[in-house]
Amino acid sequence: MITKSAYEMSAAMAAGETSSVALTQAHLDRISAVDQHVHAFLHVDTEGALAQAKAVDDARARGEKVGPLAGVPLALKDVMVQQGIPTTCGSKILEGWRPPYDATVVTKLKNAGVVILGKTNMDEFAMGSSTENSAYGPTHNPWDLTRIPGGSGGGSSASLAAFEAPLAIGTDTGGSIRQPAAVTGTVGVKPTYGGVSRYGLIAFSSSLDQAGPCARTVLDTALLHEVIAGHDGKDATSINAPVPQVVKAARDGNVKGMKIGFVKELNGDGYQPGVRSRFEESLELLAKAGAEIVEVSCPNFEYALAAYYLIAPSECSSNLARFDAMRYGIRVGDSDGASAESVMNLTRQVGFGREVKRRIILGTYALSSGYYDAYYGSAQKVRTLIMQDFTKAFTSADVLVSPTCPTTAFKIGEKANDPLAMYLNDIATIPVNMAGIGGMSLPCGLAPEDNLPVGFQIMAPAMQDQRMYTVGAALEAALLDQWGAPLLSRIPALAGTQ
Amino acid sequence: MSSLSRSDVANLARLARIDMSDEELDHLATEMDVILGAVARVQEVATPEIAPTSHPIPIHNVTRPDVVVASLSPQAALSGAPAQEDARFRVPQILGEEA
Repeated sequence: MITKSAYEMSAAMAAGETSSVALTQAHLDRISAVDQHVHAFLHVDTEGALAQAKAVDDARARGEKVGPLAGVPLALKDVMVQQGIPTTCGSKILEGWRPPYDATVVTKLKNAGVVILGKTNMDEFAMGSSTENSAYGPTHNPWDLTRIPGGSGGGSSASLAAFEAPLAIGTDTGGSIRQPAAVTGTVGVKPTYGGVSRYGLIAFSSSLDQAGPCARTVLDTALLHEVIAGHDGKDATSINAPVPQVVKAARDGNVKGMKIGFVKELNGDGYQPGVRSRFEESLELLAKAGAEIVEVSCPNFEYALAAYYLIAPSECSSNLARFDAMRYGIRVGDSDGASAESVMNLTRQVGFGREVKRRIILGTYALSSGYYDAYYGSAQKVRTLIMQDFTKAFTSADVLVSPTCPTTAFKIGEKANDPLAMYLNDIATIPVNMAGIGGMSLPCGLAPEDNLPVGFQIMAPAMQDQRMYTVGAALEAALLDQWGAPLLSRIPALAGTQ
Repeated sequence: MSSLSRSDVANLARLARIDMSDEELDHLATEMDVILGAVARVQEVATPEIAPTSHPIPIHNVTRPDVVVASLSPQAALSGAPAQEDARFRVPQILGEEA
């Protein structure tokens, strides 16, 4: 049962073939068996998950109408606060903290009867592309345990690929949902900025951060999308408009007459040959399904990475000022006579990891008097240019597509000492965050040279998220026809299991 | 092209309220130079006539009705405090050094 889709699990529960308690227990058993190898989870809430599962089973037994994902287990990225459950954001500075409230996403999951299994590993404060920046040790890619599962949401993506959960929540600031999805052969969606509430999401870069759904199929991702999306008065950037009909689009999957634009600048040099060939084959499949493929040019995308690594650090240097050792989190050096400032300085030295410090310093510099215009101000102008590129490209295409990342999963440790090489992972995902539009990654095969998953990225204009699901569902169906079974059926068995 | 010295990084760390060891400062000063060199590319296209974008989806003046709604109890708000006293956050001395 654990290898089924969330949709199939839900149908099995509705038909009385299994219960949420049995399903939840099966996933908890799986976590016990494999997570020592994968390390997707930072905290497993066995008791809470089984209690939520029982509540759904009881409601069903009473004949109450339950939602489409009621009773289905889910893995929650540790960047989301959940009342009473340890929440670290992958950082030592929050070790032992139990939030006194639920994020809006968590409230919506609970109301929908989704069973939260636990909190997943991530790069500290979501800063990274490999989950190696977690203060609690790296997560391993279930396709090859010596490789990274992507980041920052590597725990969420690995939990899906390892069949520890059929659904997960991620957050995406520069690709943290889509890049992990790509390198683990799973599906991830960054909704339109403001489409899902940020209330209770520990802020990294507020103008870029966006929570979204992760799963193993396009339909499951859409079902989860509709559960967590919608206007929230607690988030001033939340869009007050109807949620795009993503489930309908995922069921329909008809691309006849749609114009699909491949972005000239997001392919070619720097992209692994197997990534390019799988991407190009997928384009042919979409053409066969009736879509019109056009080439579009977004000349300013080449500046997106540079602009991102000014905007995100600038916003983070401000957002992370809240970790001051006064109201929550750890406190270091509070001895007799120590000043508040020295306690703050010492706590932040001990509590933050290298990448977080690097970005805070970079952001502090970019925002400082005399440098503001040259760095942060210029980056904001590049943001305008990227948005103009998108606007123009969307006049000739309904969606834009590209490989999700330039390479397949690299080895753990391979890029740990080269921040710039690490940042290049996000080259194809960052433009979407800069413009606040939607982006999806879905698996489009294995690269022939290393047998590792390749991601196909679909980008849609703001609040047209359903278009990504239409195209994603069409490609998924065409690939399934070709393969005969889902890509994840080819994942090697994890040691000591199955 | 600006270049950051070790003392520049030490000053930034002080502004950001992070103590740093000599080793950390040396390391960061080298890294910052490389990273700043790469991100300075934004200046190639950021000409004066382009308006800056701070936020991707413009929404203005979001307010809610000015009514009292449920909020955290003092107990819940203090539940994660490193130290507390008399239902308040207890913090290290703030003015001591100048007293």
